[in-house]
Amino acid sequence: MTIMIHELRQGFKGLLIWTLSIGFLLVICVLMFPDMKDQMGDVSNMFASMGSFTEAFSMDRLNFGTLTGFYAVECGNILGLGGAFFAAFSASVILAKEEKEHTAEFLLTHPVSRGRVIAEKLMAVLLQILIMNLALWLMSVGSIAAIGETIPWKDINLIHLSFLILQVELACVCFGISAFLRRGGVGLGLGIAGIMYFLNIIKNISDSADFLKYVTPFGYTEGADIISNGSLDMRLIAVGMVYAVIGVVVAFVKYSRKDIK
Amino acid sequence: MYAIHTEQLTKYYGKARGIIDLDLAVEEGEFFGFIGPNGAGKSTTIRTLLGLIGPTKGTAQVFGRDIVSEKTAILADAGYLPSEATFYGGMKVRDILKLSANLRKTDCRAESASLCDRLQLDTSRKVDELSFGNRKKVGIVCALQHMPRLLILDEPTSGLDPLMQREFFKILRERNHQGTTVFLSSHVLSEIQRNCQRAAIIRDGRLVACDSVDALAKTNARRVTVRGDFVAKERPGSGQAFDTAGLSTSGQAFDIAGLSTSGQAFDTAGLSGVRDLQISEDGVSFLYSGDINQLTARLAKCRIDDILVAEPDLEEIFLHYYADDNEGGEPR
Repeated sequence: MTIMIHELRQGFKGLLIWTLSIGFLLVICVLMFPDMKDQMGDVSNMFASMGSFTEAFSMDRLNFGTLTGFYAVECGNILGLGGAFFAAFSASVILAKEEKEHTAEFLLTHPVSRGRVIAEKLMAVLLQILIMNLALWLMSVGSIAAIGETIPWKDINLIHLSFLILQVELACVCFGISAFLRRGGVGLGLGIAGIMYFLNIIKNISDSADFLKYVTPFGYTEGADIISNGSLDMRLIAVGMVYAVIGVVVAFVKYSRKDIK
Repeated sequence: MYAIHTEQLTKYYGKARGIIDLDLAVEEGEFFGFIGPNGAGKSTTIRTLLGLIGPTKGTAQVFGRDIVSEKTAILADAGYLPSEATFYGGMKVRDILKLSANLRKTDCRAESASLCDRLQLDTSRKVDELSFGNRKKVGIVCALQHMPRLLILDEPTSGLDPLMQREFFKILRERNHQGTTVFLSSHVLSEIQRNCQRAAIIRDGRLVACDSVDALAKTNARRVTVRGDFVAKERPGSGQAFDTAGLSTSGQAFDIAGLSTSGQAFDTAGLSGVRDLQISEDGVSFLYSGDINQLTARLAKCRIDDILVAEPDLEEIFLHYYADDNEGGEPR
């Protein structure tokens, strides 16, 4: 557990900053809802009649005037993008940084197998993601309670759960890719997260691009689907988990026999 | 049992040469030197032994354990000081030492405190604020604090001041007396000559010599320095002059063209084994490994002010393993 604890310590500040930043936006957003609701008529119509833009964010299928509809679109985007960036970023750098910062010679000449190094680092990333999501969920629920709305537990929980799964998938995929890197990783991680996000928007706009839902994990975090179905799309999640497992296996295979430096 | 034993150990980085067919045997308890210039393959050898990189071909054992399949067990017995020790930013020295001990699952507090005291290392400082030399000290403590059976040191003294170097070698000798095998890679030859019992010389990825340091230094080669009345060409009426020009027919002149191994004027009469010929205004200096009688016979015919025949130091021998390379054609 030494490496995992070490990574958690090293990453604590980063985790705190990311969590507070995303949480801050999330809370601000929720606090804006009462004002939005008052002008609901105008806003709802406006958002529902912006063509592709409306479709891109699934605002055609959600009632912007209700808390769940508002939350799924506004907060969902903040949570989705912010969380995805954090997950992809931390997973991409955690292996590559040892070589980039020349600490691999220190770490890997201790009697710890490569497999164990990989496992503990992956656990550290997943644990950080879990901690962040727990904190964001608490902030979200707390702020909804603060504005005096009843908390739509099921919808909120499902939305948050879907983003947690998305982050785990992205983290595992980026982890696999980063095993090949010697430096960098930051750009790669953020790039992958960004591309996946836009693939989902393309999927929403164009019917012929529907197959993209099997590529991007944002496919199963679609608030409109979650709220209308009252459940998560397990089929898409299963596909995503296959990608995640492949990422982890690749990381183990590659990093176990990698020439360091 | 050998502490380190490699057979045909080869490492290529893609097409770039690392080490080729390295056969090395280090006995347990030895203080072993590993000499070579930058890029010869010293670090590649060490990194292969420690499992940071995998061998392309060949095998190696550390204390009888295979470097690939039993890597973790080897690392538990080894202490490694990299040539450029780098640590995690933002951590204090004592946290780094603690982390290293935790990764080894050993309690090294007593030994760590004693080493820090001897090396005058302040453990409350952050590693990023340390000078190169002080970072090196952190690396030294990390390599030594768990009392490893084998110490692998890659250019350990760079960055250390002379006082610290002395203390460091004192610690190493103490450990060696207690039975620790020390594998010291360096290009500072005096360091090796002073401390090691045996040494290997590596060049262009290949082992070119491996023997006791005394034997390496005591090749029959001698550094011969002759001062006297020399001219570039045979002086008229002075057949006795030490002639540095081409092979003279008189046989009177001391002819260095004949001593050197180059050119058509090679003296088959037997003054072979002349290397590192240096000609100055008032004399010549060269390494001579041929028959000493032939040399004196030649010298007897010349007018000489002064002659010095001395054992070459390891540095010179070392240079000659490299000088060979210039004659031996293309580097591999």
